[in-house]
Formats: sequence, C-alpha cells, structure tokens
Amino acid sequence: MKVVASLAFAAAALLTTGAGAQAQVTKVKIGVMSDMSGLYADLGGPGSVTAAKLAVQDFNPAAHGLDVELIGGDMQNKPDIGSNLARQWFDVDGVDMIVDVPNSGVALAVNEVAREKNKVFIVSGAASSDLTGPKCSPDTVHWTYDTWMLANGTGKALVKTGGDTWFFLTSDYAFGHALERDTTAVVLANGGKVLGSVAHPLNTSDFSSYLLQAQASKAKIIGLANAGGDTINAIKQGAEFGITSGGQQFAGLLVFISDVNSLGLKTAQGLVLTSTWYWDMTDANRAFTKRWQVEHPGKFPTMVQAGVYSAVTHYLKAVAALKSTADGKAVVAKMKEMPTDDPLFGKGMIRADGRNIHPAYLFEVKKPEESKYAGDDYKLRATIPADEAFRPLKDGNCPLVTN
Amino acid sequence: MFEIFGIPSQALFGQLLLGLINGSFYALLSLGLAVIFGMLNIINFTHGAQYMMGAFTAYLLLQYLGLNYWVALVIVPILIGATGIVIERLFLKRLQQLDHLYGLILTFGLALIIEGLFRNYYGSSGQPYAVPEALQGGHNLGFMFLPNYRAWVIAFSLVVCFATWFAIERTRLGSYLRAATENPTLVRAFGINVPRMVTLTYGFGVGLAALAGVMAAPIYNVSPQMGSDLIIVVFAVVVIGGMGSIMGAIVTGFALGIVEGLTKVFFPEASNTVIFAIMIIVLLIRPAGLFGRSA
Repeated sequence: MKVVASLAFAAAALLTTGAGAQAQVTKVKIGVMSDMSGLYADLGGPGSVTAAKLAVQDFNPAAHGLDVELIGGDMQNKPDIGSNLARQWFDVDGVDMIVDVPNSGVALAVNEVAREKNKVFIVSGAASSDLTGPKCSPDTVHWTYDTWMLANGTGKALVKTGGDTWFFLTSDYAFGHALERDTTAVVLANGGKVLGSVAHPLNTSDFSSYLLQAQASKAKIIGLANAGGDTINAIKQGAEFGITSGGQQFAGLLVFISDVNSLGLKTAQGLVLTSTWYWDMTDANRAFTKRWQVEHPGKFPTMVQAGVYSAVTHYLKAVAALKSTADGKAVVAKMKEMPTDDPLFGKGMIRADGRNIHPAYLFEVKKPEESKYAGDDYKLRATIPADEAFRPLKDGNCPLVTN
Repeated sequence: MFEIFGIPSQALFGQLLLGLINGSFYALLSLGLAVIFGMLNIINFTHGAQYMMGAFTAYLLLQYLGLNYWVALVIVPILIGATGIVIERLFLKRLQQLDHLYGLILTFGLALIIEGLFRNYYGSSGQPYAVPEALQGGHNLGFMFLPNYRAWVIAFSLVVCFATWFAIERTRLGSYLRAATENPTLVRAFGINVPRMVTLTYGFGVGLAALAGVMAAPIYNVSPQMGSDLIIVVFAVVVIGGMGSIMGAIVTGFALGIVEGLTKVFFPEASNTVIFAIMIIVLLIRPAGLFGRSA
C-alpha cells in the first residue's frame, strides 16, 4: 500500500476551536482507494486524491466540528488486493469511508467488506450497475455513473440515429460484461439487433484480431464495452484498419477526457459518448479545474475525479449532521435523507438503492479545427434529465427496495 | 468458400496474417533478450521499459524537435542503446561474477524506476502518435484489409531479425562473440577486448528493444506500462525458444504470434494465457526449450 497523501487537519482544528471549551471534535478518516499506477490511474488515481483534498478544504471541517484525515491507496486493479486493503483500512487504520475504486471487480469486493464491517463505501470510479442492483448494500452509495446510464445514453442515441446493428468488444471482467448486458438491453428495446460479441482480456495491446471479427460481422456500430487503455488501443487500431472509413462506427461506451487526449482529436473526432461531468461546462467546473491543475498541470479532471469531490462533500455534510461515523448504515441513511448539492454536480438526491441521481450529458468529440484551446474537446449533443438518466428504481432487483 | 471449425477460411487467413504481425514484435523483443542472455548471461528485465523508452523517445522527438518516424527509426535505437551501454558500465559489469538472480533483480528494479519516472511525468493514459504519412492507408487482399503500416512492420522486422541472426551466427565478429561467451579468458588471450564487446552487445540488444518500441508507437498506445504488458509474454517466448538461442527466439516469436492469433478467434478469453500453457508443456517435455542446447 502506498500512502499518497496524509493531511493532518488535527492541528488546524485544535488551533481554531481554542482552549477546549468548544464541543467535542469528531474524527473522520477517508481512504481514497484507486488505481494509482495502472491503466485507470489517469481517470482516477492521484487525481482523485487531489479532488478529495479540495473537497475537504472547501468543506472547512474545523467549522463543523470535524477533524478529517485523508489517505490514499493503490488497489492495483486486483480484487484480492482491494479487499485486503479495505480490511486493513477498516480494522487497523480506523478508516471510516472508502471512496473511488475505479474497477468494478474490485468495487464489488470492497462493497462486501464495507457491508460486513458496517463502514461507508462511495463508488465514484467503478461502473457496474449491479452495485445498486442485486448487490446493493445499505453501506454503499454509487455516485458518478454506471453501466445502465452509459448504455442508455450512448446506446439509445446511436440506435435512434440509425445504428441499429451492433457488435461488442467486451473487456472480460465484471465491468465489461455488465456494460455489454445493459447496452444489449437498450439496443433490443429500441428495435436494434446485436450481431455478436467478443470478450478480450483486460490490458490487451493488440486489437486487430477482434477488429477483424467486428468488421466481418458487418454491424453498423462496434460497441466498445471496455475502458482506459483498452478503449484507446481499439480506437487507434480501428482507424488503421479502416473501420470508420468502411462505414462502421465506434461507440465508446465509457470514454473519459483523459482517453480523448491520449487519442488526439484527429483520431477521436466524431466519437459519441455519455458523461455526467465535463470540466468546461460551467464556471464552477472551470474554477475547480484550475485548482485541481495545480497538482496535475496540463491534465483535465475526469467525471470520476469530480465525482470524488462531490461524494466527499456530501459525506462530510452527513457526518457533520450526525456528529458520528461509528455506524456506516446510519451515515448512509443520513446521506439519502439529505438532498445533495455541491458546485460540481449541482442539486440531486440519493435513492433507496444507493444510486445518486443527477443529469447525464451526451457529448460528441470535436474536430481538431473546432477545438480552440487545450481540453476544448466536447460539444454537447443532448442533456438527459436526472429522472431519465439512471435505471428506474423498480428494475434494479435491489433487495433494499423490494423488501 | 470453405469453413474450418465453423470459421470461414477467409477470416482464418486474416487471423494468421495478423498473428504473424504480432509475432514480429515478439520476435524483435525476444531476439534482443536472447542476444543479451546468450552473450552476457543476464536476464534483462529492463527490456520492456527499454521498449517503452523507444516508443516515448519517438513521441518526444516528434513533439519537441519535429523529427518524424523515419528519423526516429534510426536515432532512437542509438540513443536508447547508449543508455543501455551506460547501464552496463555502471551496474551490470559489477554483477558478472555473481549468480543470474542478481542481474535479474537489478534489471527488474531499474524497469520499475524507469516506468515510475515516465508515469510521473506523462501519466498513465498514453500519448498520441500517428502512422507516418507514407504508410497510411492499406490494401484489400480479398480475405482482409491489410494496413500498409502492418505490412511494413512484418517486412522490416523479418529483415532485422535475420540480419541479426546472420551477424551472430555467420560472421567473424559473431564468432568472436560466441567464443567470448564460451571462454572469455581464452578469447582475451588472443588480444580481443572482451569487456568492450560485452558492453556493445548489451547496447545492441537494448537498441533492438528501442527499435521495436518505435515500430509499436503508431499502432499501440504509447503509455508507460506498454512494456510491462508485453514483457512477460516475451519472456515466455524466450523460454519456449530456448534461453539464448537466436534462431529459437525468432522462430518462436513468429510461431507464438500465430498461435495467439488463432486463440483470439476460437477462444478469445484465453488469448493471454495460451502462451503460458504452451510454455509449461514445452518445459515439461524439453526443459532447455525448443531450440536450446541442454547444458
């Protein structure tokens, strides 16, 4: 485990509260668990730690009677390492809440550990909609996005504009399969057809074989149910193999701004994607980006990192109201009871199944000549209102809802 | 059109060709490893990082100096080869008399440091690098669309592989090298500067890794972990071919590329495991590898 950042707000809190006459200070320890060095490190990783740090700063814990400590750790995209780290954090290091975890396999494992230990788990990075479906937990909140929302956004938009036959390239683990399943449902529901799919191992460098299979299927849309480096390689090599010039179109089901910058606009232009946050949408987002870039010059925060900011903010509000972190279920119940409101995600709410509800946006990647400055990558095609962006509560099979 | 195991023959030919292309990367990388192991008895775990440095240097040359792919193809192997020479002089030379494990641990550590440095400065999601203009586009071969760049990769790596094999197995310089591996003291007695030869050989092996990196830059994502994704497979290739066997590394590289390509059609989920399954079988039947001489 790698401790990335450790903020001692203790001293500051003691200084400002004065000589002990004040009410008791509640200690809070937040663990940002992310992929610090692998293929998802740019979309979460150290940038998520920075986002959490900014959230704590903005909340001003001392004024709310809180003493917040922040640590970061690397789950290396391995469920066993992630669940061990979670156990160590909860049992030994006194962590009260884990946030981020940009890997569905790891997030599903940490979900169970948090449930067992009755500690809070807020997912910003992972995508599997099972986290608020069959695997939903009274200790877990799923913050930023999920596979149902991605499928519903990108999938529906493409089928409606004529992309009615699909072939999937699917990352062979929990996330990829969930994304393929949810997108297939959307394609079929809107009158489209799925012609086939191929599952590839995580971290594949050469996609040409899979691309050739996709090409042979003659599907109009090649759905990329993968993320990070895998998506980048697939699109980069797809351009080379004449996929797009041959009339087929890629649907990047999960594309982050870090991926678009790696591909370059020349290769990525025209790509349609769904995201819940874009740095250049509002003044508040731009202001956040500027502060975030102090630690990550030349990069742009992803929706996952912005989600960490928003999630930590709301968690601290709930803890400040309860004045205790001891009972994870109680904290999550409080979070569900209070409406969410922060500068980055605006107003929203958390449903009974743990799903955080806010609008989603359908973007198209700009052409190189349309981009006026670094990071000017997306144009907005449609806004999906909060009540349509996520899976209806009754369809998730979450035991918390049916019981 | 006929079918083989339910797959149209056309698709199968396409996959065979793709396998051969991927195999050319395996061959180039395992060739460098085999040269280094054969001559220095060092298991060079830095090889993946040096491949990554090759790709990154090509990107940096284009980004900051405007030097294109063709220039990079010449300059980068020399530059990265030179860093290899520095590593050999500074570190590896001192480990010559020790067990293999020391070299392995040193080079593994160096690989982690180099990758960490690149990740720190450039992040993990990679840098864009376009296919050179002269090689853009492709040809329809009837059974598949072959991008010109891939055709170039396969042709060029075949030339490099066989030139290396020829230099080591068929020239006078190569015979000195091989003699120096067998009995360095005796070769020195003939007035040949063995330590310098060893240093240059390491530099050459590293240069081959960098060359593979430049060739990979336009088609694979140029990211700090690109080498570590590949290096484990390449080690398996070297073990299957026989540690230190030049011809073994080349032939096994191409052959395993094809096997992997076919696995991607018939059982895609196993495509990153199949090479290791083959490695286990080969080690059970021929512990010295397919082309290795048992000690």
